[in-house]
This record gives sequence, structure tokens and C-alpha cells, in this order.
Amino acid sequence: MMILVKDNRCDFCGTCVGVCPVDAIELREADISIIHDTCIDCDICIWVCPIDVLSSDAKEEVKHD
Amino acid sequence: MTDYDVIVVGGGPAGSMAAEAAAKQGAKTILLEKDRDIGYPVRCGEGVGATGLRKFIEPDPGWIATTISKVRMRSPDNTQVNFGMDDAGYVLHRRLFDYALANRASQAGAEIQTRAYVDGLILEDEYVRGVKYQYMGETRKLTANIVIAADGVESRVGRMAGLRTASKLKDMDSGYQATVGNIDVDQEMIDFYVGDNWAPGGYLWIFPKGDGMANIGLGINGIYGKDHNPHDMIHAFLRQYFPTASVLTSVCGGIPLGKTLKKITAKGIMLTGDAAHMVNPVTGGGIITGMEGGQIAGDVAGQCIQAGDYSEQAMKAYPERWHKAEGKNHEALYRIAQGIAEITDDQLNKIAHRLVKTPSENLSLLKIFTAVAREKPKMLLDVTRAFAGF
Ligand SMILES: Cc1cc2nc3c(=O)[nH]c(=O)nc-3n(C[C@H](O)[C@H](O)[C@H](O)COP(=O)(O)OP(=O)(O)OC[C@H]3O[C@@H](n4cnc5c(N)ncnc54)[C@H](O)[C@@H]3O)c2cc1C
Ligand code: SF4
Ligand code: SF4
Repeated sequence: MMILVKDNRCDFCGTCVGVCPVDAIELREADISIIHDTCIDCDICIWVCPIDVLSSDAKEEVKHD
Repeated sequence: MTDYDVIVVGGGPAGSMAAEAAAKQGAKTILLEKDRDIGYPVRCGEGVGATGLRKFIEPDPGWIATTISKVRMRSPDNTQVNFGMDDAGYVLHRRLFDYALANRASQAGAEIQTRAYVDGLILEDEYVRGVKYQYMGETRKLTANIVIAADGVESRVGRMAGLRTASKLKDMDSGYQATVGNIDVDQEMIDFYVGDNWAPGGYLWIFPKGDGMANIGLGINGIYGKDHNPHDMIHAFLRQYFPTASVLTSVCGGIPLGKTLKKITAKGIMLTGDAAHMVNPVTGGGIITGMEGGQIAGDVAGQCIQAGDYSEQAMKAYPERWHKAEGKNHEALYRIAQGIAEITDDQLNKIAHRLVKTPSENLSLLKIFTAVAREKPKMLLDVTRAFAGF
């Protein structure tokens, strides 16, 4: 499973960073990246994002099956 | 020799106040802000109380959008409870306000560096001795005796020092805010919507900004974020109530509503503002509490520098002074917020029906909270505490 960032949608607000329990999200002024090796796939960043920028590829697969 | 006495990370209200206070004590201070602009983008409702603001800065028409004297709360069935305010409120132009605070810090002698993204700490024997940061594609290092992390909701700098700063999902509001034009609202009134329809576990606000504009936003509890999207909700709200309004700016943002972190200092570092979870857990207001925390942190840092003592023991004055100033009240407010979170839409309607019978001039926030506490008696003690200030 992997957290995905939808292209050109992130607002760089840091809400996801603030809840990530393992500090797996890096955010600069206009650049976000997920540190996949650290991520524990808890999915709370997906829920908390106010504009639904994040998703999990496992879920995407299920949706498209 | 260190490059600086104090390094402040983050140029929001907490960081600027910290930098100003430290510089005023004679500490050689620099503030590093990752964005190219202090105060922008504005991720905020921009509402503050006048008394709180005045403790730290004289209101200036340059950054005050409107002066507020009335409040309206709408229950889920849209029963409207109107009441006056004991204290005036202001809606700020935060972009200009944050500039004014940063300018004050620089006038006190602090240096300010924008486009400086702090991505590491210099650690020696578990002591924070400085920061690493990126500036225009270049990695730079600065040493200092004390680092003050005022890096907002992300609060990563504290984590780099080993502090646990992540918010629980239930303690994080997921927010979306729009500044809209062509809107006709009472310029002296702030308007709130509560309930599951528009704001599950939070509230929706309309704050007037003058000239036919308003700051309209929404914070929902992170738990509800799974099935709700604040962006879609605000746009649905605007379509329903203000179909001719146009959105001039829209941003999202997170509001940490948990209790202030147990540990807001570690060796060589202090955390303040949103980074330390200092936001009022009931209202989500964090401008004034952040300024207060920042000022105390900067002041204590300056005193440590003067005394040449940067031990954890010497920095203890910071949590102690914070606790005395806001801490107890903050904890009572956190418990009130937990009680409010359990109130159902039916109960909210019931409370509103009871309150509308009281003429608005006789209603105060205390009366409203007392009515809420009738539904949730276990809140009564905390409500009394919060209002009596003990
Ligand atoms: C939607 C919304 C509405 C709100 N409405 C209100 C309101 O009406 N009234 C109120 O009082 N409060 C409100 N708040 C809360 C208020 O905005 C915050 O509490 C306040 O801004 C906190 O100030 P701060 O200085 O701690 O953090 P911020 O103002 O967030 O400043 C932190 C700064 O640190 C910078 N930074 C972060 N990481 C780094 C790094 N690694 N290196 C360098 N710089 C970094 C950021 O770019 C930012 O500029 C609202 C918040 C939101 C999201
Ligand atoms: S899924 Fe959890 S661990 Fe992974 S980035 Fe999101 S919040 Fe962090
Ligand atoms: S919460 Fe969403 S919009 Fe905000 S930084 Fe994270 S991914 Fe981007």
C-alpha cells in the first residue's frame, strides 16, 4: 500500500503533517512528499486533508476492480 | 561562539512575538520562515477579542477589517440566537497583521529570513545547538544557544528534537476558508452555524471583512473528515445561502485543538504557538494564545541568554509562566470542548429554543454555556472555572 498525492491539488497547509504519527510527510512552501519507507499506512492523513488530496493506492485498486 | 543566541523557526504570530521578546532582552536573534512571504497565505478566520489583542499590541486601523459587537449562533434547525459581546472583537487583515508583528520584531533587533526551510537540527549530546535549513537550493547551518520552534500546525521541528508533537485525529480540525466578495452581511456581527449538517464536530463561521466582503470558513473534527470534505461543504453552503458571492481566495488549514503538549521544552529548544498546541480548544482561536506563548518563550529565552544558563532547569520558567497565564484555563476549555463534542443536534436545537426566549441584550456567553451545561451537567464545573478564571 502506498499514500498517493494527487497532482496539482495540494494546498500545502500542513494539516496532514500535523497528524502523521511517524513524521512521514515532508512539506515545503509548494512541495509535498510522502516518505514511503517511514509511512505505516494508518490513513489518517487521507481523512484529515480538507480537500481530499491524498489517497491510498490499495483503495484505488479496490475501487477500480 | 554561536552564530546567534536565539533562532526562531516560523514567522506566524507566535514566532514574531518570540523573536521580538528575545531581541528586546538583548539576545542576538534570527527568525527563519519557509515561505517567501510573512503572513501569507492566510489560513485563518482572523477573529480576535479586543482585550486579548490589546495585551500585546494597540489595534491599528491598518490591519483591522471590522469591529464586532454582536454574535449570532444558529442551531441545526436554524434557530437563531443573537447576543451582544462583553468585549469587542475584531476581524483582522492577517496578512498585514502578521507583517506588523514581524516588523516589530525586526525593529526590536531581530533578523528575519524568509524562504528558509528548516529541515534538520544540529544536535550535540542530545542538546539542540542550531538548525539546518534550505535557502534557494542551498543547505545552510546556523548555531545558537536556544531554538524556539514556532512552526505552526506541522510542528516538525519539535519532533526533530525527540518531542512528540503529532495531534490525534480527534484533536485536529480540518478547515477550509474562503474570502468572498459581493456578499451582504451585517458588518458588526459574527455568525456561526453548528450541527452535523454544516459543521460536524466543529462550526462554520461568517466574519465580515468590510466593503461587501467576508471571511467564511469551516472546521470539522478530523474524525468526520473520513466522510466529509470541508471544501465541498463550504461551496455547497455558498451556493445555498450566497449564490451571487464570488470566492476571492480559498485555502485549507488545520487547527490543533488538543491540550497543550506536556513537554514544551527539551534541551536547547522551546515549542510555542500551534506547534505546542496552544489553541483555545473550544473556539479554535490561536492568534492571541500563540502571541502569549511566543512572548513568554522569547522572554524566558532572552533571560537565559543574559544569565548565560541554557539548561533545561533555566528554561523551566517558560512552561511555568505559560501554565500560570493560560494553562489551567486551557485544560478546562479542553474538557468543555470534549463535552460539547458529545452534544447531539437535537440537544443543540433544544438549547437554542430555550435561549431564544431570552432577550438578546440579556444573553451573555456565560448564560449560553450555562444553558449548554444543563444538557451536559458534567460540564458545569469546567464552565464555571473557565469563566471565573480559576
Ligand atoms: C481555517 C482556520 C481558521 C482559523 N481561525 C482563527 C480565528 O478566527 N481566530 C484565531 O485566533 N485563530 C484562528 N485560527 C488559528 C490560528 O490561525 C493559529 O492558531 C495561529 O496562526 C497560530 O500562530 P503560530 O505562529 O503558532 O503558527 P502559524 O501562524 O501557522 O505560523 C507558523 C509559521 O511557521 C512556518 N514554518 C512551518 N514549518 C517551517 C519550517 N520547517 N521552517 C521554517 N518555517 C516553517 C510556516 O510557514 C508558518 O508561517 C484558525 C486556523 C485555521 C486553519
Ligand atoms: S498514512 Fe499515516 S503514517 Fe502514512 S503518511 Fe499518512 S498519516 Fe503518516
Ligand atoms: S492536508 Fe491536504 S492540502 Fe494540506 S498539505 Fe496535506 S495533502 Fe496538502
